Amino acid sequence: MARSIGSLGIRRARLAGFLLLLVFVVSACSSNKGATYHFEWDITFRSILSPNGAIINGLWLTIAISIVAQLLGVVLGIFAALGKMSKIWPFRLVANFYIWFFRGTPLIVQLTMFYYAPQIAHIVTWPTFGLGPFSFSDSAVTIGCLIMGVNEGAYMAEIVRAGILAVDPGQSEAAKSLGMNYRQTMSRVVLPQAARVIIPPLGNEFNNMIKNTSLLYALSVYELFTTFDNYAVTSFQYFEYFFACCFWYLLLTTIWGLVQARIEVRFSRGSGPTSTGISWRERLLGRANPDEISVLGGH
Amino acid sequence: MAVDVSHDLLGAIGGVPRPETDVVVDARGVNKWFGRLHVLKDVSLQVKRQETVVVIGPSGSGKTTFIRCLNHLEKIQSGRIFVNGHLIGYREAGSGGKLVEDKEKNIALQRQEIGMVFQRFNLFPHMTALENIIEAPIQVRGAGKDEAVAMGRALLDRVGLAAKEKSYPNQLSGGQQQRVAIARALAMKPALMLFDEPTSALDPEMIGEVLEVMKELAREGMTMIVVSHEMGFAREVANRVVMMDEGVVVEEGTPDQLFSQPTQERTKTFLSKIL
Ligand SMILES: Nc1ncnc2c1ncn2[C@@H]1O[C@H](COP(=O)(O)OP(=O)(O)O)[C@@H](O)[C@H]1O
Ligand SMILES: [Mg+2]
Repeated sequence: MARSIGSLGIRRARLAGFLLLLVFVVSACSSNKGATYHFEWDITFRSILSPNGAIINGLWLTIAISIVAQLLGVVLGIFAALGKMSKIWPFRLVANFYIWFFRGTPLIVQLTMFYYAPQIAHIVTWPTFGLGPFSFSDSAVTIGCLIMGVNEGAYMAEIVRAGILAVDPGQSEAAKSLGMNYRQTMSRVVLPQAARVIIPPLGNEFNNMIKNTSLLYALSVYELFTTFDNYAVTSFQYFEYFFACCFWYLLLTTIWGLVQARIEVRFSRGSGPTSTGISWRERLLGRANPDEISVLGGH
Repeated sequence: MAVDVSHDLLGAIGGVPRPETDVVVDARGVNKWFGRLHVLKDVSLQVKRQETVVVIGPSGSGKTTFIRCLNHLEKIQSGRIFVNGHLIGYREAGSGGKLVEDKEKNIALQRQEIGMVFQRFNLFPHMTALENIIEAPIQVRGAGKDEAVAMGRALLDRVGLAAKEKSYPNQLSGGQQQRVAIARALAMKPALMLFDEPTSALDPEMIGEVLEVMKELAREGMTMIVVSHEMGFAREVANRVVMMDEGVVVEEGTPDQLFSQPTQERTKTFLSKIL
């Protein structure tokens, strides 16, 4: 019941959102308050259909930073989760402090503080580095990406911990009784099973990550948002550029949503009930629940 | 269901593992508390090479806890447990006889010599039957893949599951899962096998196929401790039966002695309930 209303709500919200946008655009185009504003929608179309080098570069940076920061977050999250569950109290202390700090303060404060403060205080000058295909020529990109990953690790820690706790304790006992040590038990037996629980929220984390990279605006990193913002403020064509900006973010998050559905189906193999998966159509239009009919029918 | 269990089960792992000592298990005065609950009270038990000992007793008497102490899945508060000549889980600190918990590496080493079969199988659900069996030999013993696979296949064949090597645990029946679990434990060539009520989670029609494998193991000379109330099994292959109640070994003897002429009142009461 609650689920069907939720799903129905989502579909209604999508429809309502779309209509609202339409009304907004139409009325904005036709209103003539104060000075005239000339809409140049071809800017939007050009930014979408034939994006220039700067936009492509921004898109690439958004993707690259998201992936690197998320990978870093997963690795840190695993260590932080193991630290939080460790028998050794200093590990627990460090892990708890890390999680507490990074979950308890705004990401934009962390970004600004860790990037600027040490440089302003002449403690360090951040270096640049390259990581395989992700060569970041700019220290703001490098450090920004690092901080995003460290922040993400604190969130992943809780997700990984929940995943590990969901694995039957009999599994690690069986592994130990075969002579496996802690590392083998975790990496070969517990974590692969925890993955089934970790993957769905991890997908949501990555969706957030794609959008949160826009906060690198604070470090003047020319990812998608900063690039479009720069065009908007210099041309005064705010609507036109930000609509295009939204398009690119929606493209990324939508593609990721489809990839995520694939991954989730794959990971539910092997044990437990197999998920039936979500079709492309359902992803785009929302899923109709069988009992939704009764809601619509008023019974 | 008739299951074709091979008469050369231990041949699959290169013959009967030969323990280094005559007394494979030597537990002396073991005490164990869960918080304030005194679960094991001065429990002592010796098991000789190639002996099969069956442990019986009412629920909550400490049977599971005791065999879990034997491979240090549980800590003990006093006493000594030697398996195959090695002090399990602890090392002597100084001359005062004080025990401190051993390093993880040493505990893992000791556990390699002790196979354990659980009531609920505890197979790794993300691995096939064969992968379950070869995992520890490869990861822990450092065996080569080909060698491990050959041994794994031989073991599966001997427990009557040659056709199931690619099946995942959730595609196997309970009896089949338990047979894979026994094969998995055997793959480490243990000097001792521990079984904790290996048939009590099974549907009645599957109990026989698992007991068949265990009987064959006992006959071939594996040293085993089996917590089980399967009287037929005990009568057929047990050298001794141990009766536990409230954390104490009440009495022990040959299956005949214990089942036909129990000396202790608690044993009589318990047997009258399960027979
Ligand atoms: N992890 C635990 N924590 C606290 N008490 C436990 C734990 N495991 C077992 N016990 C208690 O120890 C006693 C012995 O349990 P157990 O060894 O499982 O008995 P049995 O296997 O003979 O049925 C029981 O009273 C049980 O409740
Ligand atoms: Mg028990």
